[in-house]
Amino acid sequence: MKSAILVFPGTNRERDAADAIKLVSGKAPTMVWHQETDIPDVDLIVVPGGFSYGDYLRAGAIAARSPVIADLMKKAKSGITVLGICNGFQILTETGLLPGSLARNTGLDFLCHDVHMKVDNNQTRFSNKYAPGQIIRFPIAHHDGNYFADPDTLKKIEDAGQVVFRYCTPNGDISMQGNPNGSINNIAGLTNSDGNVMGLMPHPENLIDPLLGGTDGRIMFESLIGRAA
Amino acid sequence: MKARILITLKTGVLDPQGKAIQKALGSLNFDGIDGVRQGKVIEIDLAETNEVAARKQVSDMCDKLLANTVIENYDIELIPSAA
Repeated sequence: MKSAILVFPGTNRERDAADAIKLVSGKAPTMVWHQETDIPDVDLIVVPGGFSYGDYLRAGAIAARSPVIADLMKKAKSGITVLGICNGFQILTETGLLPGSLARNTGLDFLCHDVHMKVDNNQTRFSNKYAPGQIIRFPIAHHDGNYFADPDTLKKIEDAGQVVFRYCTPNGDISMQGNPNGSINNIAGLTNSDGNVMGLMPHPENLIDPLLGGTDGRIMFESLIGRAA
Repeated sequence: MKARILITLKTGVLDPQGKAIQKALGSLNFDGIDGVRQGKVIEIDLAETNEVAARKQVSDMCDKLLANTVIENYDIELIPSAA
Protein backbone atom coordinates (compact mmCIF):
# COMPACT_ATOMS: atom_id res chain seq x y z
CA MET A 1 0.00 0.00 0.00
CA LYS A 2 1.37 3.38 -1.03
CA SER A 3 0.65 6.23 1.33
CA ALA A 4 1.37 9.91 1.92
CA ILE A 5 1.29 11.99 5.09
CA LEU A 6 0.62 15.73 4.92
CA VAL A 7 2.81 17.90 7.13
CA PHE A 8 1.98 21.45 8.23
CA PRO A 9 3.92 23.84 10.47
CA GLY A 10 3.00 22.60 13.95
CA THR A 11 2.12 19.03 12.94
CA ASN A 12 3.71 16.70 15.50
CA ARG A 13 2.26 13.20 15.02
CA GLU A 14 3.45 12.54 11.47
CA ARG A 15 6.25 10.19 12.56
CA ASP A 16 3.90 8.17 14.78
CA ALA A 17 1.55 7.78 11.81
CA ALA A 18 4.49 6.82 9.57
CA ASP A 19 5.66 4.20 12.09
CA ALA A 20 2.18 2.67 12.26
CA ILE A 21 1.84 2.47 8.48
CA LYS A 22 5.36 1.11 8.03
CA LEU A 23 4.77 -1.52 10.71
CA VAL A 24 1.68 -2.96 9.04
CA SER A 25 2.47 -2.36 5.35
CA GLY A 26 6.28 -2.60 5.31
CA LYS A 27 6.38 0.57 3.21
CA ALA A 28 7.32 3.99 4.54
CA PRO A 29 4.88 6.75 3.58
CA THR A 30 5.93 9.81 1.61
CA MET A 31 5.90 12.99 3.67
CA VAL A 32 4.27 15.88 1.79
CA TRP A 33 4.93 19.46 2.94
CA HIS A 34 1.92 21.78 2.98
CA GLN A 35 3.42 24.06 0.31
CA GLU A 36 3.42 21.24 -2.27
CA THR A 37 0.65 21.38 -4.84
CA ASP A 38 0.82 17.71 -5.87
CA ILE A 39 0.35 14.70 -3.62
CA PRO A 40 1.90 11.56 -5.19
CA ASP A 41 -0.42 8.82 -6.47
CA VAL A 42 -1.13 6.78 -3.35
CA ASP A 43 -3.83 4.54 -1.86
CA LEU A 44 -3.99 6.39 1.46
CA ILE A 45 -3.47 10.01 2.50
CA VAL A 46 -3.12 10.71 6.23
CA VAL A 47 -3.69 14.15 7.74
CA PRO A 48 -1.94 13.67 11.09
CA GLY A 49 -2.34 15.21 14.51
CA GLY A 50 -0.59 18.19 16.04
CA PHE A 51 -1.22 21.88 16.35
CA SER A 52 -0.97 23.20 12.81
CA TYR A 53 -0.43 26.97 12.90
CA GLY A 54 -0.72 26.89 16.68
CA ASP A 55 -4.50 26.47 16.40
CA TYR A 56 -4.65 30.18 15.44
CA LEU A 57 -8.10 31.46 14.41
CA ARG A 58 -9.66 27.98 14.87
CA ALA A 59 -8.05 24.54 15.17
CA GLY A 60 -7.23 23.42 11.61
CA ALA A 61 -8.59 26.59 9.96
CA ILE A 62 -5.36 27.89 8.44
CA ALA A 63 -3.99 24.46 7.47
CA ALA A 64 -7.26 23.81 5.61
CA ARG A 65 -6.40 26.75 3.29
CA SER A 66 -2.83 25.56 2.52
CA PRO A 67 -1.64 25.01 -1.08
CA VAL A 68 -1.65 21.19 -0.67
CA ILE A 69 -5.37 21.13 0.16
CA ALA A 70 -6.57 21.65 -3.43
CA ASP A 71 -5.01 18.34 -4.49
CA LEU A 72 -6.27 16.64 -1.30
CA MET A 73 -9.82 17.73 -2.20
CA LYS A 74 -9.39 16.47 -5.77
CA LYS A 75 -8.03 13.09 -4.66
CA ALA A 76 -10.65 12.70 -1.91
CA LYS A 77 -13.41 13.38 -4.42
CA SER A 78 -11.93 10.76 -6.76
CA GLY A 79 -12.30 8.15 -4.00
CA ILE A 80 -8.76 7.92 -2.56
CA THR A 81 -8.79 6.94 1.12
CA VAL A 82 -8.18 9.88 3.47
CA LEU A 83 -7.68 9.50 7.22
CA GLY A 84 -7.61 12.55 9.51
CA ILE A 85 -6.45 12.03 13.08
CA CYS A 86 -7.04 14.63 15.82
CA ASN A 87 -5.85 17.93 14.26
CA GLY A 88 -6.26 16.12 10.93
CA PHE A 89 -9.94 15.55 11.75
CA GLN A 90 -10.28 19.27 12.57
CA ILE A 91 -8.59 20.16 9.26
CA LEU A 92 -10.90 17.82 7.29
CA THR A 93 -14.03 19.43 8.81
CA GLU A 94 -12.58 22.87 8.01
CA THR A 95 -12.11 21.84 4.35
CA GLY A 96 -15.71 20.62 4.21
CA LEU A 97 -14.65 17.05 3.32
CA LEU A 98 -16.29 15.94 6.57
CA PRO A 99 -19.54 17.37 7.98
CA GLY A 100 -19.83 19.24 11.28
CA SER A 101 -17.18 20.92 13.36
CA LEU A 102 -14.97 20.39 16.43
CA ALA A 103 -15.45 22.89 19.25
CA ARG A 104 -13.77 23.43 22.62
CA ASN A 105 -14.11 20.47 25.04
CA THR A 106 -17.09 21.05 27.36
CA GLY A 107 -14.89 20.80 30.47
CA LEU A 108 -12.49 23.37 28.91
CA ASP A 109 -9.51 21.16 29.83
CA PHE A 110 -6.89 19.85 27.45
CA LEU A 111 -7.46 16.10 27.74
CA CYS A 112 -4.60 13.63 27.54
CA HIS A 113 -5.59 10.11 28.58
CA ASP A 114 -7.01 6.88 27.22
CA VAL A 115 -10.68 6.61 26.24
CA HIS A 116 -12.91 3.71 25.30
CA MET A 117 -14.88 3.61 22.09
CA LYS A 118 -17.42 1.27 20.61
CA VAL A 119 -17.18 0.27 16.96
CA ASP A 120 -20.50 1.49 15.58
CA ASN A 121 -19.85 0.57 11.96
CA ASN A 122 -17.30 -2.09 10.96
CA GLN A 123 -18.38 -2.02 7.31
CA THR A 124 -15.94 0.76 6.39
CA ARG A 125 -12.50 0.56 4.83
CA PHE A 126 -11.15 1.98 8.12
CA SER A 127 -12.81 -0.47 10.52
CA ASN A 128 -13.41 -3.77 8.70
CA LYS A 129 -11.00 -5.74 10.92
CA TYR A 130 -12.87 -4.75 14.11
CA ALA A 131 -15.79 -6.83 15.37
CA PRO A 132 -19.20 -5.13 15.34
CA GLY A 133 -19.74 -3.42 18.71
CA GLN A 134 -16.15 -4.12 19.75
CA ILE A 135 -14.98 -1.98 22.67
CA ILE A 136 -11.52 -0.56 22.02
CA ARG A 137 -9.15 1.74 23.87
CA PHE A 138 -7.28 4.64 22.21
CA PRO A 139 -5.43 7.63 23.69
CA ILE A 140 -6.73 11.17 23.19
CA ALA A 141 -4.76 14.42 23.38
CA HIS A 142 -6.86 17.44 22.45
CA HIS A 143 -8.47 20.69 23.53
CA ASP A 144 -11.02 21.02 20.73
CA GLY A 145 -12.59 17.61 20.24
CA ASN A 146 -16.21 18.37 20.98
CA TYR A 147 -17.95 17.19 17.80
CA PHE A 148 -20.95 19.26 16.74
CA ALA A 149 -23.34 19.08 13.81
CA ASP A 150 -26.67 20.84 13.38
CA PRO A 151 -29.78 18.64 13.80
CA ASP A 152 -30.38 18.14 10.03
CA THR A 153 -26.75 17.22 9.36
CA LEU A 154 -26.68 14.95 12.41
CA LYS A 155 -29.76 13.08 11.23
CA LYS A 156 -28.20 12.53 7.80
CA ILE A 157 -24.95 11.29 9.37
CA GLU A 158 -26.79 8.89 11.68
CA ASP A 159 -29.25 7.63 9.05
CA ALA A 160 -26.42 6.89 6.63
CA GLY A 161 -24.36 5.01 9.25
CA GLN A 162 -21.42 7.40 8.91
CA VAL A 163 -20.53 7.19 12.60
CA VAL A 164 -17.70 4.66 12.93
CA PHE A 165 -16.70 5.09 16.59
CA ARG A 166 -18.54 6.37 19.67
CA TYR A 167 -17.06 7.22 23.05
CA CYS A 168 -18.23 4.82 25.76
CA THR A 169 -17.49 3.66 29.29
CA PRO A 170 -15.10 0.69 29.71
CA ASN A 171 -18.26 -1.48 29.81
CA GLY A 172 -19.47 -0.11 26.51
CA ASP A 173 -22.21 2.24 27.74
CA ILE A 174 -22.63 5.11 25.31
CA SER A 175 -23.42 7.71 27.96
CA MET A 176 -22.26 11.13 29.15
CA GLN A 177 -20.10 9.26 31.65
CA GLY A 178 -18.10 7.75 28.82
CA ASN A 179 -18.00 11.02 26.84
CA PRO A 180 -14.73 12.89 27.48
CA ASN A 181 -15.36 16.11 25.57
CA GLY A 182 -19.10 16.66 25.09
CA SER A 183 -19.30 15.36 21.51
CA ILE A 184 -22.86 15.15 20.26
CA ASN A 185 -24.19 11.54 20.24
CA ASN A 186 -20.74 10.54 21.66
CA ILE A 187 -19.29 10.73 18.13
CA ALA A 188 -15.53 10.03 18.18
CA GLY A 189 -15.03 9.30 14.49
CA LEU A 190 -17.08 9.41 11.30
CA THR A 191 -16.80 9.12 7.53
CA ASN A 192 -18.07 11.28 4.69
CA SER A 193 -21.16 10.07 2.83
CA ASP A 194 -19.02 8.24 0.24
CA GLY A 195 -17.16 6.40 3.01
CA ASN A 196 -13.64 7.12 1.71
CA VAL A 197 -12.78 9.94 4.14
CA MET A 198 -12.71 9.42 7.90
CA GLY A 199 -11.78 11.68 10.79
CA LEU A 200 -11.40 10.78 14.45
CA MET A 201 -10.08 12.55 17.54
CA PRO A 202 -8.42 9.55 19.31
CA HIS A 203 -4.99 8.37 18.17
CA PRO A 204 -4.87 4.88 16.58
CA GLU A 205 -1.20 5.42 15.64
CA ASN A 206 -0.22 5.41 19.31
CA LEU A 207 -1.53 1.92 20.15
CA ILE A 208 0.21 -0.26 17.59
CA ASP A 209 2.63 -2.28 19.72
CA PRO A 210 2.17 -4.20 22.99
CA LEU A 211 5.18 -2.27 24.29
CA LEU A 212 3.08 0.90 24.08
CA GLY A 213 0.21 -0.61 26.06
CA GLY A 214 -1.94 -2.19 23.39
CA THR A 215 -2.62 -2.80 19.74
CA ASP A 216 -6.22 -1.62 19.30
CA GLY A 217 -5.04 1.14 16.95
CA ARG A 218 -3.06 -1.20 14.77
CA ILE A 219 -6.30 -2.89 13.68
CA MET A 220 -7.35 0.31 11.91
CA PHE A 221 -4.20 0.30 9.79
CA GLU A 222 -4.63 -3.44 9.15
CA SER A 223 -8.17 -2.72 7.94
CA LEU A 224 -6.77 -0.19 5.49
CA ILE A 225 -3.98 -2.50 4.32
CA GLY A 226 -6.32 -5.44 3.86
CA ARG A 227 -8.33 -3.37 1.47
CA ALA A 228 -5.39 -2.20 -0.60
CA ALA A 229 -3.70 -5.63 -0.78
CA MET B 1 -11.39 51.89 5.43
CA LYS B 2 -11.39 49.58 8.41
CA ALA B 3 -13.60 46.50 8.71
CA ARG B 4 -14.50 45.23 12.16
CA ILE B 5 -15.85 41.69 12.07
CA LEU B 6 -17.77 40.27 14.98
CA ILE B 7 -17.81 36.45 15.02
CA THR B 8 -20.24 34.71 17.36
CA LEU B 9 -21.35 31.13 17.91
CA LYS B 10 -24.71 30.26 16.37
CA THR B 11 -27.68 29.71 18.65
CA GLY B 12 -27.74 26.10 19.79
CA VAL B 13 -23.97 25.66 19.64
CA LEU B 14 -22.61 24.92 23.09
CA ASP B 15 -20.22 27.61 24.38
CA PRO B 16 -18.23 26.15 27.30
CA GLN B 17 -16.08 29.29 27.57
CA GLY B 18 -19.17 31.45 27.90
CA LYS B 19 -20.45 29.09 30.60
CA ALA B 20 -17.16 29.35 32.52
CA ILE B 21 -17.29 33.17 32.32
CA GLN B 22 -20.88 33.09 33.57
CA LYS B 23 -19.82 30.96 36.55
CA ALA B 24 -16.92 33.28 37.35
CA LEU B 25 -19.20 36.33 37.21
CA GLY B 26 -21.56 34.55 39.60
CA SER B 27 -18.71 33.87 41.99
CA LEU B 28 -17.98 37.63 41.95
CA ASN B 29 -21.59 38.14 43.08
CA PHE B 30 -22.87 39.57 39.79
CA ASP B 31 -26.48 38.44 39.90
CA GLY B 32 -29.15 38.18 37.24
CA ILE B 33 -26.98 36.86 34.40
CA ASP B 34 -29.11 34.68 32.14
CA GLY B 35 -26.33 33.72 29.76
CA VAL B 36 -22.86 34.56 28.46
CA ARG B 37 -21.62 33.89 24.91
CA GLN B 38 -18.02 34.48 23.91
CA GLY B 39 -17.01 35.45 20.38
CA LYS B 40 -14.13 37.18 18.67
CA VAL B 41 -13.42 40.47 16.92
CA ILE B 42 -11.15 40.80 13.89
CA GLU B 43 -10.13 44.20 12.51
CA ILE B 44 -8.84 44.54 8.96
CA ASP B 45 -7.40 47.64 7.31
CA LEU B 46 -8.62 47.76 3.71
CA ALA B 47 -7.32 49.67 0.69
CA GLU B 48 -10.85 49.59 -0.77
CA THR B 49 -12.75 52.87 -0.35
CA ASN B 50 -16.11 51.85 -1.82
CA GLU B 51 -18.40 50.58 0.90
CA VAL B 52 -20.34 48.07 -1.24
CA ALA B 53 -17.16 46.57 -2.67
CA ALA B 54 -15.52 46.49 0.76
CA ARG B 55 -18.48 44.69 2.31
CA LYS B 56 -18.45 42.09 -0.46
CA GLN B 57 -14.70 41.56 -0.08
CA VAL B 58 -14.91 41.11 3.69
CA SER B 59 -17.95 38.87 3.39
CA ASP B 60 -15.93 36.60 1.04
CA MET B 61 -13.09 36.57 3.58
CA CYS B 62 -15.53 35.48 6.30
CA ASP B 63 -17.03 32.69 4.18
CA LYS B 64 -13.63 31.40 3.04
CA LEU B 65 -11.57 31.69 6.24
CA LEU B 66 -12.50 34.02 9.07
CA ALA B 67 -15.68 32.27 10.22
CA ASN B 68 -16.62 28.60 10.30
CA THR B 69 -20.18 29.01 9.11
CA VAL B 70 -21.07 25.53 10.38
CA ILE B 71 -21.01 26.90 13.93
CA GLU B 72 -20.41 30.66 13.64
CA ASN B 73 -22.23 33.79 12.48
CA TYR B 74 -20.45 36.95 11.45
CA ASP B 75 -21.38 40.61 11.38
CA ILE B 76 -19.38 43.21 9.45
CA GLU B 77 -19.01 46.84 10.51
CA LEU B 78 -17.24 49.22 8.12
CA ILE B 79 -15.49 52.26 9.56
CA PRO B 80 -14.38 54.95 7.07
CA SER B 81 -10.82 56.21 7.63
CA ALA B 82 -10.54 59.63 9.24
CA ALA B 83 -9.90 62.25 6.54
